[in-house]
Amino acid sequence: MTQEQLANPELAGVRVDEDSEDLSRSEVLLKGALAAGAVYGTLAVGPYVRRALAMSGGGDIDILNFALTLEYLESTFYAEAKRRAGASGELKSLIELLAKDEQEHVEALAGTIKKLGGKPVVKPKFDFPYSDTAGFLKLAQTFEDTGVSAYNGAAPAIKSKEVLTAAGSIVQVEARHAAAIRLQNKEEPAPAGFDEPLDEKQVRKAVEPFIA
Amino acid sequence: MAETKQLTNHVSRRRFLAVGGGSTALAAFLAACGSDGSTTSGTTAMGGGKGATETAEFGKGDVGILNYALTLEYLETAFYADVVKSGLFKGAELETIRKFGREEAEHVQALTAAVKSLGGKPAPEPKTEFPLKSAKSVLELAGTVENLGAAAYLGQAANIESPEVLASALAIHSVEGRHAATLNTLLGESVTPDGAFAVPADVKTVLKSVEPFIVG
Repeated sequence: MTQEQLANPELAGVRVDEDSEDLSRSEVLLKGALAAGAVYGTLAVGPYVRRALAMSGGGDIDILNFALTLEYLESTFYAEAKRRAGASGELKSLIELLAKDEQEHVEALAGTIKKLGGKPVVKPKFDFPYSDTAGFLKLAQTFEDTGVSAYNGAAPAIKSKEVLTAAGSIVQVEARHAAAIRLQNKEEPAPAGFDEPLDEKQVRKAVEPFIA
Repeated sequence: MAETKQLTNHVSRRRFLAVGGGSTALAAFLAACGSDGSTTSGTTAMGGGKGATETAEFGKGDVGILNYALTLEYLETAFYADVVKSGLFKGAELETIRKFGREEAEHVQALTAAVKSLGGKPAPEPKTEFPLKSAKSVLELAGTVENLGAAAYLGQAANIESPEVLASALAIHSVEGRHAATLNTLLGESVTPDGAFAVPADVKTVLKSVEPFIVG
C-alpha cells in the first residue's frame, strides 16, 4: 500500500476492485476460453468486453467530455509537475513531453466537442497529493494506466468512425506514456497481454479523489 | 541490411508526414477523416467508410481484419522467438524481449479463437526470416515492427463491425503501443514519435513493410 493509496482510500478501492471476484472470474474465463479455444457467449477474447460496453449511452459528445475530464486531469498534473516533481535530466524531459501531449489532447477534444455542436465541460480544480519524485511517479503511473483502460472501455460505444479513430489515436499515445512512466518506476512497461477496459463508473471513482 | 533500412525509411517518412505540430495536426487529421460524419475520405488509413474491404484477402468483414491482425501477431511472435534464440541479448533486455514475445503469443491465441468464434478460418502461420545481425539492428527492427503493429491496429479500428471484436482489438492495440514505446526508449528515441496523436497505417503499407520477412 503506497502513501498515495492510503491518502486516497478511493484509489486503493479501485486497486482492490481489480482483484475482486468479478474480475478474477473474468480472467479465469478469458484464460479458460483461450486454452480451450472455446466460445463463452460471444467471443473467446470477450469476457471483459461487457464492461467496455457498459458505458452510459449518452452519445459521442458525452464520451468526449468524459475523456476531456481525464485529459484535464493529466494535463494539469504534468503542468504542475514541471515545478513540483523535483525531476531532472531524462525524467524532466519526459514530463515536458507528457505535459505537451496531454495539453494537445485537451485542445483537440474540446475542439471536437464544439465541432459536433456540444459544450466542453468546465475544467475542474485538482489536488494532487504528492511531495516528492517517487510520489509523482506513482500517481503518474496510475493516471496513465487508468487513462488507457478508460479509453479502451469507452471507445466501443463511440458512434462516429472518425471520433473512434481519433480516440484510438489518443489512447495509443496514453499507452506509450504509461510504458514510459512504468520504465521510470522500474516496473513492467506492458504488464499484461491485454489492456483491459474500465467502465465510466470505475474511472470516475479512480479520479474523484483528485478533483478538489 | 536492406530490409531494415527500407522499414526504417518507411517509418521515418510516416513520422515526417505526421510532423506538423500539436492540435493543428489533429485538426487536420480530423478534417481529413471528415469529422462531421457526413462524408468519408478515401484515405484508407482513417478507416472510415471503406469497411473491411482493405483486408478482403484475409476474409470477409471482421474475420478479415482479425486474420490480418493474426498474421502480424504471428510475425511478431516468430520475430521475438528468433531474437531470444539468437543469443544477442541477456539480462533485463532479454527478459523484456521474452515478456513481449509471450504477450504476442497470447495475441495469436486470442485472435485465433476470435476468428473461430465468428465462424471463420484462422490465417495460416507464415514462414518468416529476420535479419539478426547485431543487438542494435535487432532493437531497431523490433521498434519498427512494434510501431508499425500499433499503427496497423489503429488503421483498422473504425472498420470493425462488432463491438466485441473492437473491444478486444483495442485491448491489444494499446499493448502494442506500450511495446513500441519501450523499444523507442531503449533506442533513445521519442516514446511518441508521431507526437500527441498516433498515426494509423493502412493495410497496403503494413504488408509492404513486412513482406521482406515473409518467406512462404
